[in-house]
Amino acid sequence: MLTQTSFQGKLTKTEDLFIPFVVAGDPTPELTIQFALKLQEAGADILELGVPYSDPLADGPTIQRAAQRALKQEMSLTKAIDLVPKLREAGVKIPVVIFTYYNPVLQLGYNRFFEMLEENGAEGVLIPDLPYEESEEIRGLAEDKEVEFISLVAPNSDKRIKQIAEHAKGFLYCVSTLGVTGGSNQMSAETLSFIKKVKEHSKVPVAVGFGVSTNDDVQLVREHSDGVIIGSKIIRLIEGELEAFENGKEEEALERFYKEIHELVK
Amino acid sequence: MLQAFPDMKGRFGDFGGKYVPETLMGPLQELEEALDEAMNDQAFLDEYHHVLKEYAGRPTSLSYADQLSEHLGGAKIYLKREDLNHTGAHKLNNAIGQGLLAKRMGKKKIIAETGAGQHGVASATVAAKFGLECKVFMGEEDIRRQELNVFRMKLLGAEVVSVSSGNGTLKDATNEAIRYWVANCEDHFYLIGSVVGPHPYPRMVRDFQRVIGDESKKQFLEVEKELPDRIYACVGGGSNAMGIFYPFLGDAPELIGVEAAGKGIDTPEHAATLTKGTPGVIHGSMTYLMQDVNGQITEPYSISAGLDYPGIGPEHAHLFQTKQVRYESITDEEALDALKVLTRQEGIIPAIESAHALAQAFKEAAEMSPEQTILINLSGRGDKDMATLMEHFEEGN
Repeated sequence: MLTQTSFQGKLTKTEDLFIPFVVAGDPTPELTIQFALKLQEAGADILELGVPYSDPLADGPTIQRAAQRALKQEMSLTKAIDLVPKLREAGVKIPVVIFTYYNPVLQLGYNRFFEMLEENGAEGVLIPDLPYEESEEIRGLAEDKEVEFISLVAPNSDKRIKQIAEHAKGFLYCVSTLGVTGGSNQMSAETLSFIKKVKEHSKVPVAVGFGVSTNDDVQLVREHSDGVIIGSKIIRLIEGELEAFENGKEEEALERFYKEIHELVK
Repeated sequence: MLQAFPDMKGRFGDFGGKYVPETLMGPLQELEEALDEAMNDQAFLDEYHHVLKEYAGRPTSLSYADQLSEHLGGAKIYLKREDLNHTGAHKLNNAIGQGLLAKRMGKKKIIAETGAGQHGVASATVAAKFGLECKVFMGEEDIRRQELNVFRMKLLGAEVVSVSSGNGTLKDATNEAIRYWVANCEDHFYLIGSVVGPHPYPRMVRDFQRVIGDESKKQFLEVEKELPDRIYACVGGGSNAMGIFYPFLGDAPELIGVEAAGKGIDTPEHAATLTKGTPGVIHGSMTYLMQDVNGQITEPYSISAGLDYPGIGPEHAHLFQTKQVRYESITDEEALDALKVLTRQEGIIPAIESAHALAQAFKEAAEMSPEQTILINLSGRGDKDMATLMEHFEEGN
């Protein structure tokens, strides 16, 4: 039974979560705000705000391209966190998780990083290249600051599944297939038993990501877990509208984006 | 007494560790267990040394460079001849070790990243020899610079995967190799070519390269009855340097690692990671790297593809911090001048990478006395660099 409140009390449900991922600044910071609003309208419960990185080891070509577009806008970790109050001003109420590779956090310094999260009202952080064994200090700091430090767990985490799941905060990110983001998804019997095992040990909602790209995938994930994480598919939808944005057809593009997301997660 | 590094967490003091996506933690654990078991199995070590002897042609020579020593008029100069190793560089020592480990683990497919192409060739070679499938990730700029090695890899039966992200060099090839491994780790062995990457790679590659230093020590004592005063090696990721330095740590010789200063360390175009970089995380390891104020990794530059890397092995970062090794840097021009000197004085055309170590050693040798001795790790031969050298020397130099 999931009873813990989380995200500073802002996450009001613990199942059937929709957790979209966008890259801050892709294709511009202003449009990131607009996409976030549309995602919220389509039922998003938590927003993963990605910080573009020069060397994104865990990402496939789709998110790499998004990061390149955002880096051209000179997006950075501090600018991404600065975007959070602007999201709030525009009406985004759902919790925001800053999704960043480790090196930018290390360069900013833990103290300044958490100060900035607090000042700007970001409720969570996810660092894909900081596994459990390397994250003890930052997990402690996050707990002190009431920031949810989101952990990932993979099918080959093996003996570590129990340890990671028991310490999970906010929600637990289940990597459904081995591989980088944007791969194909098949929910095999093995994956199902993996999710089941994770759920046995987790006190927070278990959300599944990596390779979720159709409504069928969404239904399947919903049936077996507490939430669905969608990244690359959303980036591809944004990519499909780049030309429309360049041609000044912003409103139509955002409307199409909303409809696609609505169909995807209905 | 020296403390043994790395520790249980894969740390060399403040550096090293495992900063990788969760999906790699399992495979790294599997690798570490298999490695520990293999390194404690005399049969495995015997096979490794047997292949080094019978197949690679080890031990490589220690050559006294008499003409060169006289020409520079200072210390006596000795060269450790890794250029005579099969495939033309030290890279094969490590590829043989990891290739045997892959076989032992039952992995039939290996992947590798390569900059200059030497590690790619070494990997393709062991794949052919041990009956493994091989895929080599190489930046598209490096493919252009190292056409000959690309052809060698293909001839050896490997698939060369062109990487166009970033500047299309070693950093980008490594990213892509890691991504591929993340997706295919169940049946693939990732054969990293330098003392970089997450634990246990930096330790494993060092332990498969220390044969250079072990041999050198024995050979030097036989000839000179005492150890050299100084030992020089070039440093990109740093495997040839760790290989020759490691057995001498804590001994008398001063150890000097030489980085690539490219067009100069006061320009943005260099690869002098320790000289100009700062601590951070690259390719799964805490070490020194070249980065901007936002923590984005910046693109390095060197005429030598093998040194064109924005990071460095974590053990080097530790040796730098604890001042156990002195690190210097050498420009493209200085390296090419040294290459020419060695070629004319000794009839040995070195790799441009190795020429960086030569250039620093030449500068210092001239200031030393004839009673003093120095040892330079000649990490590879220059055959692969002919196109670059032709381009450069025929431009009027």
